[in-house]
Amino acid sequence: MPAQPATGSRRVMRSVLGVLVAVLAVYAGWKLLAPPPPEIDVSYNTVSADGLYQVMFETDVEPVPVGETHSWVLSLTTPEGAPVSDATILIDGGMPAHGHGLPTAPQVSENLGEGRYRIEGMRFNMGGHWEIRIAISAPPGDDSAVFNLEL
Amino acid sequence: MAPRAGAAVAALLASLILAACGPDDFSDDERKIIRSLSLAELSPLPDDPSNRFADDPPAAAFGKTLFFDAGLSGGGDISCATCHKAERQFQDHLPRGVGVARTDRRTMPLAGVGWSPFLFWDGRRDSFWAQALAPLEDPREHAGNRTAFAHHVADAHGDRYGAIFGPLPPLAHLPAEAGPKGSPAQQAAWQAMSEEDRRAVDRVFANIGKALAAFERTIHPPRTRFDLFAEAVGKGEEPAGIAAFTPLEREGLRLFIGKANCLECHNGPRLTDDHFHNTGVPALAGAPPDRGRAGAVAELAADPFNCFGTFSDAPAAACTALRFMRSDDPAMERAYKTPSLRGAASRPPYMHAGQIATLDAVIDHYSRAPDAPSGTSELRGVVFTERGRKALIAFLKTLDPIP
Repeated sequence: MPAQPATGSRRVMRSVLGVLVAVLAVYAGWKLLAPPPPEIDVSYNTVSADGLYQVMFETDVEPVPVGETHSWVLSLTTPEGAPVSDATILIDGGMPAHGHGLPTAPQVSENLGEGRYRIEGMRFNMGGHWEIRIAISAPPGDDSAVFNLEL
Repeated sequence: MAPRAGAAVAALLASLILAACGPDDFSDDERKIIRSLSLAELSPLPDDPSNRFADDPPAAAFGKTLFFDAGLSGGGDISCATCHKAERQFQDHLPRGVGVARTDRRTMPLAGVGWSPFLFWDGRRDSFWAQALAPLEDPREHAGNRTAFAHHVADAHGDRYGAIFGPLPPLAHLPAEAGPKGSPAQQAAWQAMSEEDRRAVDRVFANIGKALAAFERTIHPPRTRFDLFAEAVGKGEEPAGIAAFTPLEREGLRLFIGKANCLECHNGPRLTDDHFHNTGVPALAGAPPDRGRAGAVAELAADPFNCFGTFSDAPAAACTALRFMRSDDPAMERAYKTPSLRGAASRPPYMHAGQIATLDAVIDHYSRAPDAPSGTSELRGVVFTERGRKALIAFLKTLDPIP
């Protein structure tokens, strides 16, 4: 008679393990089939589209704030690292997923020399993926760079 | 032994499944978002460099007197508090504010407005003090005029004014009633005044606004049950007492920070992005065309009391809101400011002209996402279950002041 309960408990164990395996299989299947997370470059240092410039920025508030107007300092060099000090820079951007632009119109307010430019009026009014597009016009040529920010 | 082990494994499995589906299971991202909405995350009140009396306690005390002073109106019967009722979150529960006559816009509550870069539903002013001046001269609101305000301040509050702002200019020779926005007779009287007298009266007028702003800046959003909840969740603790949320409130919070897309505009500790959005709110029948933000940018740029103006205390470089204001954004057509949702549940009716009577009808609006009367609505429509609607409303009520 003692064999009887043992068989019962083994059956319970087997069915519990079965459920566990099924749960894991469903999870693994979902992980395999789910689209991979988008791979975007979120570093604050990038190369312009045509490779004419190396562009990086720093912010006066860290981390990049939401709901607060703040400034950036943009550094512009040639790929060889020589500062580009006489560029005209325009800033644009928005949230591609929401189809809206920036809430403000940021501008270069000061050429700090040595390829560094102060950009004022940066503002992000929600968290999420923002794209900042930098148009650069300088002796090496016209080019543009894009920063992707995850806020 | 073996049956007990089986039962233990089953219990463990059941608890794992329950934990994964239970209401307590906020992800790290969700916890981060919940914390970001809490009052504990509110930044210090931003300086207003355009108003050097902004944080001056005597100016704030004087501003409080002026706020309740019906002498600052054409008929001696309207004060700021007529519409901004202190006991009702400084608003009036009317679809549209009523001063001397009914206006075209819902009275806005005042708590936390000192954090906003732009004032009014369409952002047509860039400081609290410039905002406070507009209703004083509006014929449907206070219906007053500038020389009458200056005379009234001299008669009723001369000493307090002088102690804060310095001596009043000579006023005895000026007309009792004159101003650039009054009746034709008042406008003519204003034009007949010397440039110097007009500037002197404008200065007094601006200082009235600066005192009102200093008072209004002291009105901060009160802590709510949500804040208590969010602070506990942020620390990884289980909210207890009044901080504990019902399952329905938790569900509403989940919807709010998730699929209902509320955070796109209602984010940060004040639950507003301080920006302007076209959400397809119906036009007000019988009112003149209203372009919202798109119609306000030029007015703000031309306002003599803006941050660049003569009466501003700020160097132009400090006028950030004005310097980097967009003037060309097509999305601003019929866009209105995102209101804070703090206290909103007990503050019907809703929208910039009180077009929507109840929270339920607001949710219905966001669900249906109707086309905008002009411009393009940003709404994409959200499908809510009946329970989801109830949950969202239950959550919004947790943002009411604790009684």
